[in-house]
Amino acid sequence: MRVRTTAAVAAVSSLALLTGCGAADMTKQASPFANAQGAKTVTLSVQSWVGAQANVAVAQYLLEHELGYRVDTVQVDEVPAWDALSQGRVDAILEDWGHPEQEKRYVDDKKTIARGGGLGVTGHIGWFVPTYLAKQHPDITNWKNLNKYSHLFRTPESGSKGQLMDGSPSYVTNDKALVKNLKLDYQVVFAGSEAAQITQIKQFAKEKKPFLTYWYAPQWLFKKVPMTEVKLPPYKEGCDADPEKVACAYPHTPLQKYLNSGFAKNGGKAAAFLKKFRWTTEDQNEVSLMIAEQKMSPEDAAKKWVDSHKSTWKKWLS
Amino acid sequence: MATITANPPRIGLPGLLKNRAVQKLLLLAVAAAILVPLANARWASGTWPSALTVDFSEPLAKASDWIIDNRDSHPLFLYFFGHVSNVVVIAVRAVYLTLLAVGWAGVTALGALVAWRVAGVKLALGTAVAFLACGLLGMWVPTMQTLALMVVAVLASVVVGALLGLAAGLSDRMDRVLRPVLDTMQVLPAFAYLLPVVLVFGIGVPAAVLATVIYAAPPMARLTALGLRGADKEVLEAVESLGSTARQRLLTARIPLARKELLLGVNQTIMMALSMAVIAAVIGAGGLGDRVYQALASVDVGAALAAGIPIVLLAVVLDRVTGAAGEKLGAAPEPRGRLGWLLALAGVVAVAVAGRLAGRLDWPDAWVVGIAEPVNRAVDWMTAHLYSGVPVIGGTADWAGHFTTWVLDPVRDGLQGLPWWSLLLIVAALAWVIGTWRTALTAVLAMAAIGVLGVWKPSLDTLSQVLAAVAVTLVVGFAVGIAAARSDRLERALRPVLDVFQTMPQFVYLIPVVALFGVGRAPAVAAAIVYALPAVVRITTQGLRQVDPAALEASGSLGATSWQQLRQVQLPLARPALLLAVNQGLVLVLAVVVIGGLVGGGALGYDVVFGLAQGDLATGLVAGVAIVCLGLMLDRVTQPTERRAKKGA
Repeated sequence: MRVRTTAAVAAVSSLALLTGCGAADMTKQASPFANAQGAKTVTLSVQSWVGAQANVAVAQYLLEHELGYRVDTVQVDEVPAWDALSQGRVDAILEDWGHPEQEKRYVDDKKTIARGGGLGVTGHIGWFVPTYLAKQHPDITNWKNLNKYSHLFRTPESGSKGQLMDGSPSYVTNDKALVKNLKLDYQVVFAGSEAAQITQIKQFAKEKKPFLTYWYAPQWLFKKVPMTEVKLPPYKEGCDADPEKVACAYPHTPLQKYLNSGFAKNGGKAAAFLKKFRWTTEDQNEVSLMIAEQKMSPEDAAKKWVDSHKSTWKKWLS
Repeated sequence: MATITANPPRIGLPGLLKNRAVQKLLLLAVAAAILVPLANARWASGTWPSALTVDFSEPLAKASDWIIDNRDSHPLFLYFFGHVSNVVVIAVRAVYLTLLAVGWAGVTALGALVAWRVAGVKLALGTAVAFLACGLLGMWVPTMQTLALMVVAVLASVVVGALLGLAAGLSDRMDRVLRPVLDTMQVLPAFAYLLPVVLVFGIGVPAAVLATVIYAAPPMARLTALGLRGADKEVLEAVESLGSTARQRLLTARIPLARKELLLGVNQTIMMALSMAVIAAVIGAGGLGDRVYQALASVDVGAALAAGIPIVLLAVVLDRVTGAAGEKLGAAPEPRGRLGWLLALAGVVAVAVAGRLAGRLDWPDAWVVGIAEPVNRAVDWMTAHLYSGVPVIGGTADWAGHFTTWVLDPVRDGLQGLPWWSLLLIVAALAWVIGTWRTALTAVLAMAAIGVLGVWKPSLDTLSQVLAAVAVTLVVGFAVGIAAARSDRLERALRPVLDVFQTMPQFVYLIPVVALFGVGRAPAVAAAIVYALPAVVRITTQGLRQVDPAALEASGSLGATSWQQLRQVQLPLARPALLLAVNQGLVLVLAVVVIGGLVGGGALGYDVVFGLAQGDLATGLVAGVAIVCLGLMLDRVTQPTERRAKKGA
């Protein structure tokens, strides 16, 4: 223990000497809390939704218990996470929902970020109503009938129109344009964070009240509050190119992993493992539900999943 | 305005004309009569005319692209920002490793013994209990990370603030230049400058430390300048007559004389820095703030509280200890003071070595008490039983709905429906009546800047929420403040409650607020009230208690009832304090507008959050600047000029 501390102090002071002169490399700076007690560290970025937490929890558990790494996690929004990945502040994003602009800038032009392959989960955004409401009014699940029912969705916030609830400002959304272009009698109300949105959805569901919300799959909340998707005009390649004129549904996106290119090359076993990490929607939901609903710590939830799915993760380590 | 209504009606027109406020208003009316038709003819529109806006989105987008493209190669980054960033990382790491090496027992002993020497036995015990509680909550390592970050950020803020304050204290011109800069640093919502800081430094600790310094340095600067300016003239003259140079005077007289203010500055800086701990977590600062933030993502109030409590404990302990140190300053030095320090130091070393030998550096996992589950159950019970269907009074959701429809909507629609020039006139009139033509001009220009930035409508939406929140805060705050001023027991009981409300990170109560009031503007207003209430209560209580007892006795001997005393003696005499409470209420409510954006408040708060989340400098920064302008305008409209002059720094 003492030797390690002395080594750390020596490393710190020599670093201080080195930085006294010459150029400082902004692309090579890790967290000051990393490698604190002589272990190799991998830093993973976690996004604010629970699915992303589930990926990271399982990856973290395996990295720590099977490969002997220390794992730091940083919670960052999606776009800043790309920036952090490019600078090497984090080593990997495990679940990306498609950011063409960032992909072009960092992966194709600057080559500071490398593709890490698919996560195995397909993501989909859409409009949802609770299933108890869809059972009462079966035709409510088509956008053409939404205006007929707008009075059901009125809240103090939306006034005389129906309320379409959107979530966190970090999420991809065309809802304002959709409401306008499909001539719907609705008002988009931004909950401002996923936490606020989930809390509100649960409150509505507890009282069996009607609601219409922007939501996405895979998501653990579906197990708790069953929801049915509302059909929007079908998605065709390129129909969402102009954000002002969008009048179609959201695409189905195979979720992707991205690694810092330096880490992808020199990350050893950890990088190889993260590239191979690939599981199913059901796997992810299983872990998410343990974290969000049973309030297990991400670590315990990961342990429980790992213990019962040996054959799945053995492949990632080979 | 109060002066007008106070005029007895029997004074005729000539008497009214002599009243200064009326004169000002008449002058303003004349000016408006000329200018309004002109403006209306050119830009006939209810809201701010689009001809008078400037679009900043393109230059801002270009600036952010330039930074990203040049960050890895441009000399400015390689030779300046890069080094700043490295120094911060190394400093934080050094403190963190030291704290880990000392171990939990050592750190607790160190905290307790320093508190003992500085502030006495009682606070030493409190400090030890606070540290142990952080461990018991299972938050030892995150607490140490936050502490390491705080040590570095506070040191940097104190140095930067002291230098700025030195400049402002010694030169009048610097003072004039710095004052608006410091104002902006404090009012600009932290979320708005997180993005530029992140663009330059990247996600992580360096950006977090710098953002904290921007926020925490101004009080140090203000108080340093105040201390230097306030030094006793006679002492200075005496020192000067001894033939000392300017530098000697500064070092031997002015700075020592100002040490009380300096220490208060340090105290304020610590509090501000700690309040940034959670916001800095949004850009990857790690530590306790990150735990709060991650708990929010899984809607886990209990876990957020477990990480929020150590922040509150750190804040309260640091506040009390530095406060006690400030009170002890100037008292005669204790006999054998040095011996006490030596003893304390020896104690810390002994404990740290013992912990090391016993191999107990990390907090033992078995000693962790889980509070998350019972807290979550309590929150669930509360929301399940209060949300709706409570007999007679209705549920919280119903209140929120009524508040939105009956208060927020009319105020917002009213403000947005007023022609733009009439709002400028109202602002001018309010600011001029309470201050000078200069304050009026600043207020009008700030309001106009909002229009020029092209965010007139969302700003008025935000303004309506702020006004509603302040109105409720003042009604409740004055009532509680008056009650506390009349009962010592109530005041003592309130103190810890107010401490908790003031220092608990707002992220912790976001979920309960949404669970009670639903998504929308009502929970945003509720969160603002929770945050601003303690300051209003404190200022009101203090103002009432400072009313001259002689005046009270005199009125008492004349047979006034206690209600009459309150209404006719205490409240009028405490008027300056009450006005300050109004002003602080506004400033604090405005500070949580961004938090309101996270629970559905929309408008400017949402735009700032959106800017950060999407890396969109144009939206975020413009909305942030608009919040600053709103703050400037509200400050000028509510703060009488003579007090601003007295505030000095």
